[in-house]
This record gives sequence, C-alpha cells and structure tokens, in this order.
Amino acid sequence: MRSHPLQQLILAKLRELAREPEALFWIFVFPVLLALALGVAFRSGAPEPLPVAVEDGPGADALVAALEASRDLRPETVAPEDAAQRLRTGKVALVVVPGETWTYRYDPTRPDSRLARLAVDDALQRARGRADPVPAVDETLTAPGSRYIDFLIPGLVGMNLMGTGMWGIGFYIVNARSKRLLKRLIATPMRRWHYLLAQIGGRLVFLVLEVGALVGFARLAFGVPLRGSLGALALLCGLGGMTFAGLGLLVASRARTIEGVSGLMNLVMLPMWVLSGIFFSTSRFPEVAQPIVQALPLTALIDGLRAVMLEGAGVSAVAGEMGIAAAWCVVSFALALARFRWS
Amino acid sequence: MDGMREPAVLCRGVVKRYDDVVAVDELDLEVGAGECFGLLGPNGAGKTTTVEMLEGLIAPDAGTIEVLGCTWRRDGRALRERLGIQLQETQLAEKLSVVETIRLFRSFYRRGRTPEEVLGLVGLEEKRDAWVRKLSGGQRQRLSLACALVSDPEILFLDEPTTGLDPQSRRRVWEVIQAARARGGTVLLTTHYMEEAAHLCDRVAIVDRGRVIAIGNPADLVASLGAEHVVEFAAAAPIDLAPLRALEGVRDVVESDGSVRLTVAAVHRAVPALLAELDRARIDLLRLATHHATLEDVFVSLTGRHLRDE
Repeated sequence: MRSHPLQQLILAKLRELAREPEALFWIFVFPVLLALALGVAFRSGAPEPLPVAVEDGPGADALVAALEASRDLRPETVAPEDAAQRLRTGKVALVVVPGETWTYRYDPTRPDSRLARLAVDDALQRARGRADPVPAVDETLTAPGSRYIDFLIPGLVGMNLMGTGMWGIGFYIVNARSKRLLKRLIATPMRRWHYLLAQIGGRLVFLVLEVGALVGFARLAFGVPLRGSLGALALLCGLGGMTFAGLGLLVASRARTIEGVSGLMNLVMLPMWVLSGIFFSTSRFPEVAQPIVQALPLTALIDGLRAVMLEGAGVSAVAGEMGIAAAWCVVSFALALARFRWS
Repeated sequence: MDGMREPAVLCRGVVKRYDDVVAVDELDLEVGAGECFGLLGPNGAGKTTTVEMLEGLIAPDAGTIEVLGCTWRRDGRALRERLGIQLQETQLAEKLSVVETIRLFRSFYRRGRTPEEVLGLVGLEEKRDAWVRKLSGGQRQRLSLACALVSDPEILFLDEPTTGLDPQSRRRVWEVIQAARARGGTVLLTTHYMEEAAHLCDRVAIVDRGRVIAIGNPADLVASLGAEHVVEFAAAAPIDLAPLRALEGVRDVVESDGSVRLTVAAVHRAVPALLAELDRARIDLLRLATHHATLEDVFVSLTGRHLRDE
C-alpha cells in the first residue's frame, strides 16, 4: 500500500525536474547544440584554401597567376593602402609585395600566416622553375577519433556532468530550504539520509539519459567513436556524477538563498570551465599551473573520458583519474554532511 | 482533565534565547489529551519558537518538554510518527500535484490514512491532480493540513493556520480543524486572530514577549475582565483618566494608541455617564464605539497594546 519513502523522494525529484522546461533545455538540448555548433565550425574535410593578398603594382598579375596554381591558396589583388588593413583584420593570412625581390608581410604568431608563407614561397619558386630534388607523394587521411569534434565530445560530457550535477543537487536543495520545505520534511519521521540518497538516485537517472543523449548524438551526427567499453564509460560517468553531486551538496549545505548558492556555484565551476580542458588541451597551461590543473576533478574526469572514448582505455588505465575524482567525491560528501543545515 | 490520561503536551520552565533576545521566557504549559489549545499573541510573542520547541525542531536552552509522555531526546523518531505538523509559511513543491505531494508525505509514516481519504478530509478531491502552483492560498493551506493529517496524528500542531487567508477560506480551514478535533485528536494551534482562538479553542494561553500572561477558557478569560462590554472612544484633547474610573459600572480604563477603552458592565449606564463627564471637561468626542468584550480586550487590558498592529 504505502510506497517506500526513498522511491517517493526520487519520484518527486524526477517529476519536478522533468516539469521544468528550462532545466531540460540546459541538460539535454544545450550540450547537443554546442556540440553541433563547434563540430560544424571546426569540421575537417577539404581544407579551406588560405586567403592571401598581392599588392597591386608591376608584376602583380603574374604573381597572382602563379599563386592560383596552388590548391592551398586563394590569392587576390589589393591596393597597397588596403593591404595592411586586410592583414590586420585577418581577412588575409599574408601579403605579397611584388618587385625585384618579393616581400612577404605576415604575423609569425598566426599559424595560418606561417602556413601561407610556406605555400606562397613554394608556389612562386616553382613557377620560376625551381626543381624539387626528391619527388614526394601526399597520402592524406581524416580518421574519426583524431578530429576536433572527437576531442570536444568527452569535454562536453564532463562539462555537462559538472553543471547538471551541481545545479541539479545544489539548486534543488537550497530551493527547498529557502521555502522551509526541508524543515517541514524533518518534522516528519522521514530519515534524513533517505532525502540525501534520493538526491543522488534522482541524479543518476538523469545522468544516464544526458550522457546517453550527448554521446549518442555525437556518434550519429559526427561518427565520434566509443573505443573503450561501455562499462568503463558508465563507471567514469557514474563516479564523475557522484563527485559533482558531492560538490553540489557541499555548496548547498548551508546557503539559504538561491542568489547565495548561485554565486558559490559559479565560484566553484568557473575555474574548471577554464582550466579543465573542455575545449582545448590542458597542456596549453604553463608548467607551474599543471599541478593545480591536473588536481581538478573535472580535468581528471575529462582526461579519463578521452582515454576511454578515443583511445579505448580500460578501467585500470584510468585508475589515476578515477582516484582523483573519488578523493574529491569522498571529501566533499563528508564535509557536506558535517555542515548540512536543514532549516 | 480527567487525571487518568497523561497530558498530550507538558512543558515546564522552557527558555529559548537568540543572542541576547529572550524569545521564550520560563514558559509552562499543559495541554490535555483531546483538547484544542490555542497560543494567542501578537507577532513576535514567541509563539512559533514555542511550538517548534514542542515539535522537536528547536532545542530549548532550559526547561523540560514532554509530548505524549515522551521526550524528544529519548523517543524523537517514534514521536514523529504520532504527530501531524503544519509549519508557518512552508511552500510545498510547486510542480508536484496535490495527490503526489500527499503520497510523498504518506510514505514517511508507518501507518496513517490513504491519500484519497485525506483529500476528502480537506475537501481537495477536485484538485487531486492539479499542480500545487495552481492552488489558491486557501487550497494550499488545506493541502498543508492534509500533509499534517496523513499520519492520522494523535496531536496536530498548527502554526498560524489561517494567516493571510480570506474569511471564507479561513472558515473552511476551521471546519477541517474542527473535524480533526471531533475524531478525538488533540490540537495545538497558534494564532494572532482572537476570533479564531475563541471559535476553535477549549483553552487559550495568551502569550506576550515569551511569557504566558493569561490562560483559560476563552469565555472565562473574557469574563475575567469583570464586565461584558467595551466602550472605546477617541477625544479631541488629552483626557484625565481618573474621573472615568469613578464612573458608574466602569471596571477598567486603558488608554492605547490615542483611544481610551472602558470595560463596563452595562453600556446603557456607562455611555451617558461618559458623555456627561466629557461635557463637563469640555472635551469634544471624535469617535465612540461599543462592543461585546473579546479576547482582544483581555489582551489590551493585560498589556495596554493590541494583538495586531493596526
């Protein structure tokens, strides 16, 4: 007749979340849209030719003709006064100034400009009759697993686990506390650990759905591989979900207002958004910052996800990452439970 | 009380301080089983702190509390099974339906009523599947009562059950409380509406600044004024109260907020005497009203202040 309180508490949490269209957007639609947008923006395929400019002047037409012979370049003739501006605004990668000798004007810190320098020089020298001492053959391949979208998807999965874990638990609890619902609940014989366990249970249900949606979408739309086992992926996601549930619980353990908890959430999540390698590799950060970067739970989770999804790593290969996440999980849960305020 | 049954609620010398403010000051209460008992007092009198201590949600700084013969420290969890509690200003989850909310609360208790039964008790059958968000203030309050009634409690604690409700919704809440009462439960409620206390309660404790200043049956408390009527007037100029006390049939004179209240045995004698006195003192009358004495008048005569800030 009476259903178990744990079941009722989980149902209540799931119902409330499922009836919140904004929450569903952020959990399911937003990551997919982000993956779609970035996947399209950084798609591989036929490489775009590099735009380069030739300053108008004697001999300019011959240079343009020579550059047009290259598949890698898209030359245009521009007036000398416009050339600098087009280079500065990134419309072209390099400017060629014709004359007795050629001048290449470019910014060496821009990778596309350095590529243009090589391609332009190659095309012009060949047009003047340079012979290659050794003939070479190009063999090109674009393999799933090494493109930007492949790098990106595990990052987005990690980012989503962090965001929904922290918001899904923290917001829900602080909302209940600010409405005195927590106090009302402890005025019943409800066991307090049932309530906290229900938060985690409800979270796990959504976790399966949201990871499934994003990984499934990435596979269908972009062919992003899952080289490791589903079990290893599930274990990592489950652990990551727990870790961020723990952090969410900790952040929400005392806050009484939504504004208060929002500030704390952002304080905790912002460094990880920047540092944990969601969109680019953490190796871009200097050596001195690496101990901090690598100790963050999101870095560990994303590194583990990349290893499992892209390199086919097993559980033992990502044990280090799982250890870092587990340590955060245990510490944050312990602190949260010690500090938790029901009224 | 019949002496055989233990009191439903017993507290002795209970003190609660917040920083240097004493919210509850040496409070003694005894509520008999089957009784409807009211704590009546203005906002900030310590009513909520008192009931929340009785409900085991706040620990007192001193004193003893026994509920159904149990203490919170020793038998807290078992005690929770036997109580129904409504807190002030609880907002239930907006996006759960009425019946989902009741089922959730039902799941916390080992025994109790079915959700359908409770819906009937509070008259929310038609709103069964409506989201809490769509309910009116009165309906929310009845849902909150439903959550308190779902365990079929031996004691029902209600903190300001009708604050902010329109008169019609208030009547419906009263009906629910009276029905719960009629089934033999004990009710302990707080209110700052004297009509509510008079209408529902067998006994009332008038609370002010953390202390019980009067306790008894509402009718007896009113009778303790020694007179049945109150004449209240405002004068155009300050008036000397001493001659008024000497008027025929006047038991008590209290001045508060610019108006003067005379507690009188017979209006038809006191009013002409009062008018004559004002005439003699050459003071113009701005306003004059008379009414049957109420608990409000008891409060005013004890404290010189009104229950509600007007």
